[in-house]
Amino acid sequence: MPVRVIVPTPLRRFADQRSSIECEAVTVGDALRQLTTSYGELKKHLYTDDGRIRSFVNVYLNDEDIRFLKQEQTQIKDGDTITIVPSIAGGAEDAGLRFIV
Amino acid sequence: MAIPTATVKKGPVSLNKEEVLRYSRHLIMPEVGMEGQLKLKQAQVLLIGAGGLGAPLGLYLAAAGVGRLGVVDFDVVDFSNLQRQITFSTDDVGRKKSEAARERLSRMNPQIQIDTFETRLTSENALELFKGFDIIVDGTDNFPTRYLVNDACVLLGKPNVYGSIFRFEGQATVFGYPGGPCYRCLYPEPPPPGLVPSCAEGGVLGVLPGIVGAIQAMETIKLILGAGDPLVGRLLLFDALGMRFRELKLHKNPACPICGEHRTITKLIDYEEFCGIRGEETVPVTTGIPEITPRELKARLDRGDNLFILDVREPHEFQICNLKGHLIPLGDLPRRVSELDSSREIVAHCRSGKRSADAVDFLQKAGFRKIWNLKGGILAWSDEVDPSVPKY
Repeated sequence: MPVRVIVPTPLRRFADQRSSIECEAVTVGDALRQLTTSYGELKKHLYTDDGRIRSFVNVYLNDEDIRFLKQEQTQIKDGDTITIVPSIAGGAEDAGLRFIV
Repeated sequence: MAIPTATVKKGPVSLNKEEVLRYSRHLIMPEVGMEGQLKLKQAQVLLIGAGGLGAPLGLYLAAAGVGRLGVVDFDVVDFSNLQRQITFSTDDVGRKKSEAARERLSRMNPQIQIDTFETRLTSENALELFKGFDIIVDGTDNFPTRYLVNDACVLLGKPNVYGSIFRFEGQATVFGYPGGPCYRCLYPEPPPPGLVPSCAEGGVLGVLPGIVGAIQAMETIKLILGAGDPLVGRLLLFDALGMRFRELKLHKNPACPICGEHRTITKLIDYEEFCGIRGEETVPVTTGIPEITPRELKARLDRGDNLFILDVREPHEFQICNLKGHLIPLGDLPRRVSELDSSREIVAHCRSGKRSADAVDFLQKAGFRKIWNLKGGILAWSDEVDPSVPKY
């Protein structure tokens, strides 16, 4: 199924500055794997070494958190959008997300 | 730290003639009216942070007639704050933010009570401080404080009007509302530190916190009035560049350690430790990293030493100012290390010396032996060697 994956600002530099990416996938996990295959540097920002999605990153299918659906096995329908939402902290100053090099 | 007792009266209050005129545009709206304005007058709201978010927050809540505003900020107004912290003006540079904010907000609305707390929010003072207020508004800038504010609000049963920003994106929601999620429901754990702090990826469009802070003020007023639909269970995402608002659902997490069914957190913890940064201040990033000071570097360059200057900042920083070094952004270094000649003496620098310390560490592990970190970065170079180099 075609799906659009929205890349949050802090991660765009690892995805050729793209704000969203289109791909074909059956599940949310498929889409994320394709994303990290196309953009290798994204992988360590989204996944731990043992292949789990990092706890400070939330993934939404449309407006629902996949933790409350079927996690990465959540099925995609035509026209769905996946949004990656990392935690950000900027407010009084501009300290933001930390990066992994 | 003595906490001023509330002198805002609870129970029947009224508006004087001046207040009726001041708030007339509220009073003539059925959604507010006299009843609503009196609720605002009796409300006590605590703002955590008087910076980018706190500025529009304070201004709009003061303008709206919130009877008591508390402002928690221990910082001093810096010149670089003026791009976005609109409570402050050029004359305020060097002044305590809490004092400058108090003065600005009092001038706007002398009818309200403003209490300032020039203190760092900690596990020792948060509960005592929050107790006297009805609503807490989180305008802070770091993960430990975000978790501290959340936990204190959950433990006390106070709503936490949350806003956060990053460059040109913002988030807003209301945590801690009865039946609604808390911050830990969304993010059980913070990002780990000990990773490279992305100084260059910071920066923010000045007006962005203006928008997000105003949204927080709006949500605060709605909670006080009991009007409209507050952002409970809804995460508002704002993309300023695309000018798009989106909304995601936030669920209360039944397994949340502080607001879930089987809570394991029943008191405030050590948040610096939770976020893994205890000890980071005392352990310099530069331990074991060979350093060279700007003066030493200047002396060696003047002598004609054949040093290779490696600049690990981002291209847009290079455009602000540079030492004519060879630019390889830190994130690209692993891929581009072949551009460096390990037989040459290399001095790595960045803005303040942190990223370049990590670069030196990386290169040492890659086998480079003649490598030094410019202590204090280009900022120190400007201070100690060449003041014509602009600081940023």
